[in-house]
Amino acid sequence: MPELHWPWMEFSIVLPVLGAVLMGLVRDRELARKLCIAICLATMACATGEWLDFNSLHAFEAHDHGDLFAALFHQDVFVIDELSAPLLPLASLLYLMTVLSTLKTKVNRFSFGWTLFSEAVLLATFSCREGWTLIGLLALGTLSPWVELRKRRHEVTRVYSVHMSLFVGLLVAGWWLLPNEAIANAEMAGGTTLFAGALITAAALIRSGIAPLHCWMTDLFERATFGTALLFVAPMPGAYAIMRLVLPIAPSWALQSIAVLSLVTSVYAAAMALAETDARRFFCYLFLSHSSLVLVGLELVTPIGLTGALCVWLSVGLSLGGFGLTMRSIEARVGRVSLSQFHGLYEHTPTLAAMFLLTGLASIGFPGTIGFIGTELLIEGAVGVYPLIGMTVVITAALNGIAILYAYFRVFTGTRLVISIPFRAKLSERIALLILTVLILGGGLYPQPGVSSRYHAATALLAQRGVPVHQHGHKPETSQLTTEPRNATAERQAQTLFQNSEGQASAVRQHPNVSRERGSAGASPSPNAFSNGLDTASEPDGSLIGAVPR
Amino acid sequence: MTLDAAFSFLGMAVVFSPAILLVVLGGAALLGIGISERSTARFTHAAVTFGLLSALSVLGLMLTYDRRHVPIEFGNWVLIEEQHFHFHLKFVFDRLSVPFAILSFVLCGTIGSFTKVYLHREPGYRRFFLFYAVFLLGMVVSSLAGTIETLFFGWELVGLSSALLVAFFHERQVPVRNGHRVWSVYRVADAAFLIAALTLHHLTGAGDFDGLMGSGAWPEGTATIDANYALIVGLLLLVAAAGKSGMVPFSGWLPRAMEGPTPSSAVFYGALSVHLGAYLLLRVSPLLETSLPLSLAVIALGLVSAVFGAAATRVQTDVKTALAFASLTQVGIIVVEIGCGLRYIALIHMIGHALMRTLQLLRAPSLLQDYHRLEDAIGQNLPRQATALDRSISENDRRWLFRFCLERGFLDSMLDNFVIHPFLLVFGWCRRMELSWTRFLAGGKSPLPDYTTPHAAVLEDHP
Repeated sequence: MPELHWPWMEFSIVLPVLGAVLMGLVRDRELARKLCIAICLATMACATGEWLDFNSLHAFEAHDHGDLFAALFHQDVFVIDELSAPLLPLASLLYLMTVLSTLKTKVNRFSFGWTLFSEAVLLATFSCREGWTLIGLLALGTLSPWVELRKRRHEVTRVYSVHMSLFVGLLVAGWWLLPNEAIANAEMAGGTTLFAGALITAAALIRSGIAPLHCWMTDLFERATFGTALLFVAPMPGAYAIMRLVLPIAPSWALQSIAVLSLVTSVYAAAMALAETDARRFFCYLFLSHSSLVLVGLELVTPIGLTGALCVWLSVGLSLGGFGLTMRSIEARVGRVSLSQFHGLYEHTPTLAAMFLLTGLASIGFPGTIGFIGTELLIEGAVGVYPLIGMTVVITAALNGIAILYAYFRVFTGTRLVISIPFRAKLSERIALLILTVLILGGGLYPQPGVSSRYHAATALLAQRGVPVHQHGHKPETSQLTTEPRNATAERQAQTLFQNSEGQASAVRQHPNVSRERGSAGASPSPNAFSNGLDTASEPDGSLIGAVPR
Repeated sequence: MTLDAAFSFLGMAVVFSPAILLVVLGGAALLGIGISERSTARFTHAAVTFGLLSALSVLGLMLTYDRRHVPIEFGNWVLIEEQHFHFHLKFVFDRLSVPFAILSFVLCGTIGSFTKVYLHREPGYRRFFLFYAVFLLGMVVSSLAGTIETLFFGWELVGLSSALLVAFFHERQVPVRNGHRVWSVYRVADAAFLIAALTLHHLTGAGDFDGLMGSGAWPEGTATIDANYALIVGLLLLVAAAGKSGMVPFSGWLPRAMEGPTPSSAVFYGALSVHLGAYLLLRVSPLLETSLPLSLAVIALGLVSAVFGAAATRVQTDVKTALAFASLTQVGIIVVEIGCGLRYIALIHMIGHALMRTLQLLRAPSLLQDYHRLEDAIGQNLPRQATALDRSISENDRRWLFRFCLERGFLDSMLDNFVIHPFLLVFGWCRRMELSWTRFLAGGKSPLPDYTTPHAAVLEDHP
C-alpha cells in the first residue's frame, strides 16, 4: 500500500488527544479557548496536509509514513482512501469553526476538553476501515455528548442513552454474526448475512436518525449545547458506517429499500421543519432531511447517484455546519430562538444574516454554491433508478428551500428590534464565517475537481461491490461513441487497483478464510459482474476502497 | 480580430458585466466594506452600460454579417465523461435572446437611475442594489441560456432576488410574509422546471435546447423529440412558466409582490420577471408544434389567465395591484399567441408591454395627481359609462363576480385552506406526538426552551 510522505493521520489523531489532556490541566478558560483554537488549527492543518499528500499519490488508498499504529497492532488500523480523504479536513474544519465561533461568554458552558476528545475519535473513525476498531470508535464517539448531558448540564440522558445503546448493541451483534464470506457475495447473501446485515443497517440508521428512530436527535439538540449537538451529527458518521459496514455486504435490493426509507425520512423531516417553531429543532429537522438525502444517494448504488451523494455529503456538512454555527452565534446573542415570532435581527447583525442565507441556500443546492452540482447529480442518479424517487427528492429540496427562507425571515426580519447592546459579529466569528463563505462559493463556482474526486471514489466503491459502471439514460449512438474510452478508463482503474495491492496482500495473509472465499468468487463471478474491464475489479480484497477486513 | 473572436469577447462581456457587479456589491457586503451610495450607483451604471453596449454590438455584428445564431461556448462546467453527465455552460445569441437581453439591460438601467433618487438615504439602499445585481445577472443568464441547465441557473437567481425584494421593507411583517409566499410559489415552479430538465435529460440524454429545437435557428427550429415526451416535458415547463409569470392558478403572488419598492415592482413583476415564463415558452416553442395537446394546454392556460387578469384588475383598490393584474392579462394573451405559433408577434408584444408597464408602474405613485390634473382639465369627474357586459349581467351575478374578482379568484384562500392549513394540521399533530413520545422516553422530563430577551452577557465580548 502506498505511504504518505508524513505521518499526518497519527498527528491529526494524537494532537487533539493531547489537547484534551492539556485542557484538563488549564484552569484559565480564556487560555483554554485559545489553546483549543491552536490545537484545532494544527489538527486541521494535518488533516488538510493528509488530503493533499494523498491526492499527490494518485492512489486509491494509503497509510501513514512510518505507521506507528500498524507497528503496534500489526495491521493497518488507520488508512486513508478516496472516500475518507476529504471527510477528514471537513470534520476538522467543523471543529475549528465551532471553537473559533465560541464566544468568550460561552466558554464555561462549552467543554473544550471533550470537544477535542470527540474530534480525535471522529478523525480516527474516518481513518479507520477495520471492522471491530471502527465499531469501537463509533461507540466511543457517543460518549462525549452523554458526558455533557449528564455531568455538565445535569440533563436527562434516557432518550439519548436508549438510542445509542441500541445503536452500539445492534452494531456489535450484527458484526459478530456476519459470516466471513459476506463481503465477497453481496448480491447472493445468505440468511445469516441478511440478518446480520439488517442489524448493522438498523444500527447505522439509528445513528443517522432515520424515522421513526430519530427522536434522540431532536432531544439532543434541545438538551445539549448547540456546538456539541452540531458536531455530533454534522460530519455524518452514520453514513460513514453504512459505507464501510453495510455497502460491501448488502444486496442492491436491500440498499434500495433503505434508500426508500431514507427518502421517507427526508420528506417527513422537511415537512416537520416547516411546522416547527423552535429554532434548534428546526435545524435538526433540516439537517435530518439533508442527511437522509445523502443516504438516498449512497444507497442507489449507481455511479451518478453515489457521486451526487458523496458531493452532497461534503456540501451539506459544510453548509449546514455553517448554518448551525450561525444559528449558534444568534443564540449567543438572543437566547433560544422561537420561530413563532419575528426577531428583526438584520439591522444589528447583517453579517450573520448574510451567512445564514448563504449557508442555507448552499444546503438546498442553490446555483453558484457548493451544493448545486451535488444536488443535481443526486437527483439525476435518483431519476435514473426510479423516476418517482428523483421527483420526490426534488420536492424535498423545494420544501427545504421554503423552510430556509422561512427561518431567515423569522430570525432577521419582520420587526424593528431596539437593543442597547451591540450584536455585531466579532472578529473570530467573521473569520470563521468568511472561511466558510470562500469554501461554499469557491466549491460552487469551480466544482469540477470536487466532482471528479467524488466520482472516482464512487466508481471505486461500486467496483468493490461488483456493480457495473454503465451509462444510463442516453441515446444508443452516443453510448457507442464512448464505449472505448469508458472501457479504457475502467481497465485503468482495475489495473491501478491491482497495482496498489501491497496492503491487500497483507490482508490476505491475515485472513486466509476471506482470501479463500474471494478466490472462489473470482473463479465463478456473480451474475451481476459486468463484462468490461471492471469485472476484475470486483475480485480484489476487501481492504480496497470501502471494504472492512474482518 | 476574427468575427468569431469578436462575438466571443462581446458575448462574454454581456454575461460578465452583471456578474462583476454582483461580485463587487456582494463581496463588499460580505466583507463589511461600506460602499457609498454614489459609488454603488456608479458601479451599477457602468456595469449596465457596458453590458448593454456589448449586447448592442453583438446585435450590430449579427445584422451586419447576417448571423442568426451565435453560440458562445464556455465549455463544460462539470463533466463526468464516462457517465455522459455534463453541465454545459453555453450562451446563445439569436433573434429571441438578443432583444430580451437588451430589454433587460434597458429596463434595469432605467430602474437603476430611478432608484438612485427614489431610495436616496434609505437604510436598505445598498441591499436593494445587491438584489438588483442578482436579478440582472439572473435575467441576462436566463435570456441568453443555450442549455436548459444554464437557464435554470438564471431562473433561480431571478426567483431569489424577486422574493427578497418583495420583502425589502423587512421591518414590517406583511412584506416579509408576502416575500415568503412568492418564494414558495417560485420553489414549486422551480421544482417543476428541474423535473422537466431532468426528464428531458433522462429521455434524450442532453439538456441542450438543440434537443428541443433541432438544428435550426430560432424560430425555425423543429423539435427532434417524440410527441409523447414533448407533452410530458412541455407540461412540466408550462407549470414552471405559470408559476414564474403568475398565471392561473399561481396568480395569488402577483398582488403580494407589489409590497416591494415601486422600482422593483415596476421592473421585476411588471416587466421582466413576469415575462420570464412566457419567454421560456417562447424559447421551447418548437416543442409546442410537436404536440397538439400541449399547444392547446398553453392556449387554454393563457386564455384563462387573460380573462382572470382582465376581470380582477377592474376591481382592485390600489393602483399597483391593478397594474399587476393588467400585466397578467397581457401575459395571458402573449401565451395564447405562443400557443398559436405567432412567435414574432409574441416577442414584439412582450417587449412593448414590458416597456409600457414599467412606465405605468413608475408613474403609479403620482396617479392621484395625474387624475386630478385630468379632471381639472376637463372640468368634471371622469365619466364612467355602463358597458354592454354590465347591462347583460344580473345584479346578483355582478355582485358575485365583483366579490370573486376582489378576492382575486379566491386563489390565495384556496391555497391557505386546502394546502397550507391541512399541511400544518398534519405535521403539527406529528410534532405533538413526537414531543409526547420523547417526553415519555425521558420519564416525563422535557427540556423547556428558554426564550429570553437578549443576553446581557454578550456585552462582555465587546470593549
